Amino acid sequence: MNGFPGKGLLDGLLVTAKNFVGSYFDGHRKERLFTWQYPEERMKLPERSRTFPFLVYDGSPENLRCTACKICEAECPPQCIYIVMDRDAHGKPLHRPKVFTIDTSVCMQCGICAEVCPFDSIKMDCDFERSRPGRFGELLAHLSDLLKSNEYYHQIKPAEAARVDATRRPIKRPPAAAAPPGKK
Amino acid sequence: MSGTGFIETQTLEVSLGPQHPSTHGVFRMDVVLEGETVVKLKPVMGYLHRNHEKLAENMTWLGSMPYTDRLDYFCSMTNNWAYALAVEKMTGLKVPERAEYIRVIMAELTRLLNHACAIGFLFSDCGAWFTPILYALRERERILDFFETVSGARMMCNYMRFGGVRVDLDDAAMAMARDLVARWPAFLDEFEKLLLGNEVFLARTQGVGILPRELAINASISGPMARASGVEYDIRKVDKYGVYDRFDFRVPVGERGDVFDRFMIRLLEMRESVKILQQALRDIPPGPVLAPEAKLRNFKVPAGDGYARIEAPKGELGFYLVSDGGTKPYRYHVRPPSFINLTVLEDMCLGHKVADVVIILGSVDIVLGEVDR
Repeated sequence: MNGFPGKGLLDGLLVTAKNFVGSYFDGHRKERLFTWQYPEERMKLPERSRTFPFLVYDGSPENLRCTACKICEAECPPQCIYIVMDRDAHGKPLHRPKVFTIDTSVCMQCGICAEVCPFDSIKMDCDFERSRPGRFGELLAHLSDLLKSNEYYHQIKPAEAARVDATRRPIKRPPAAAAPPGKK
Repeated sequence: MSGTGFIETQTLEVSLGPQHPSTHGVFRMDVVLEGETVVKLKPVMGYLHRNHEKLAENMTWLGSMPYTDRLDYFCSMTNNWAYALAVEKMTGLKVPERAEYIRVIMAELTRLLNHACAIGFLFSDCGAWFTPILYALRERERILDFFETVSGARMMCNYMRFGGVRVDLDDAAMAMARDLVARWPAFLDEFEKLLLGNEVFLARTQGVGILPRELAINASISGPMARASGVEYDIRKVDKYGVYDRFDFRVPVGERGDVFDRFMIRLLEMRESVKILQQALRDIPPGPVLAPEAKLRNFKVPAGDGYARIEAPKGELGFYLVSDGGTKPYRYHVRPPSFINLTVLEDMCLGHKVADVVIILGSVDIVLGEVDR
């Protein structure tokens, strides 16, 4: 050790003093990490950040992109997705989900459902305010909670949504007149 | 039971943990004390057991990728890499050049944040309550922001795929990474000035918890712990996986193998990581980031077995996989560095005071997600 005894301690204290004083100067504010005053201001998450899946629809909720192909249900690692295909009176599949639920308490936000979806239907949201007042039914997201418009998708992830719109194939579906959505 | 002095004493059994703040997670140490001196120590693990290996055997190959994030939750990028490397070894998938560089960048950033935090927590254990760790966490936060920008999550990155990485680094992300790396030399100088000369720290750590070189080799200790004991063994140099043969860096090696050496090795390794990062960010070529034959669904691995290992920040992280040719692993085994490094805890602690046990445990740098799996 060079110097007098206690020099190392004083050196360390100098560093903390420098940081303490420096924190009072606004010029460093960009350099420093400062606290987000949460309820008043909300942090804007990066475009790729993922919190929870949602289903994209074009125009109106009847025109949703999901065809209930159940690929995401099969690939989901913690198995938190449950899908039932909607069928008409004759039992013919209508290629859209009658039931689509995702369990918030099971989902681990890995984003694999969004990666494997061939119809660009399921995407990851940036919304981090997902607390609910209850523990059981409230945490189960139903089809109506999951459906979000393409405009919303453009709003939260502009670059990704533009890329999807440019490359997406339109979905061919039997005419929806056979049974209105939501009716059994 | 009688003590060594002329006064009759009894040994005392103390259970440190499983929720003691200095035990780095839900880890318990059954310590037998003679006065203040440790005469016996038994690590008790398993409080965070999550059935990782068996879960993976009932899941597609891709499906366990996000679960590997949760092994060592400080270093999800390196966990991803080790698993991807094992699968790539079995399937023969070629990883594009750019993806290899991105993997190196991510792994070295992970090493930086892990070592900075390990040092910070070591100081917390010594009683420097939360000042050093906050300096480390401040820098870690910037790296986590970068991870979130690139991969979508701060800690559970789920970034690598078999045959590459999931998304490319765009120009903005590259600029962010360059900015990040440019900050580190100054931060390391500041960190060193804050900690290195501290007389209290030197008195607490020098000559404490010595791990002899022979024992380190015999107990297959790896990573910074082995190198602090004088074992010159770095898998980045030995295996040269990925593109590590292209970078110019040195492997710091300690002399005595005490807590101070382990601290010092981490500090020096961060300097070397910054060097690797600078070279990687300079040389990174353009191109694709995912092999064209890579696929997500119906991914099958030819029958056989494979073991791949990488130099994770904590040591040798290995994945041993057996495939029967299907879409799921037949057997999936993880060789976690912190678990193996914990096996010599008793040897390092015997004869030391109970207050030193906490520092010695801190210098091992464990994460219970990985120890218990």
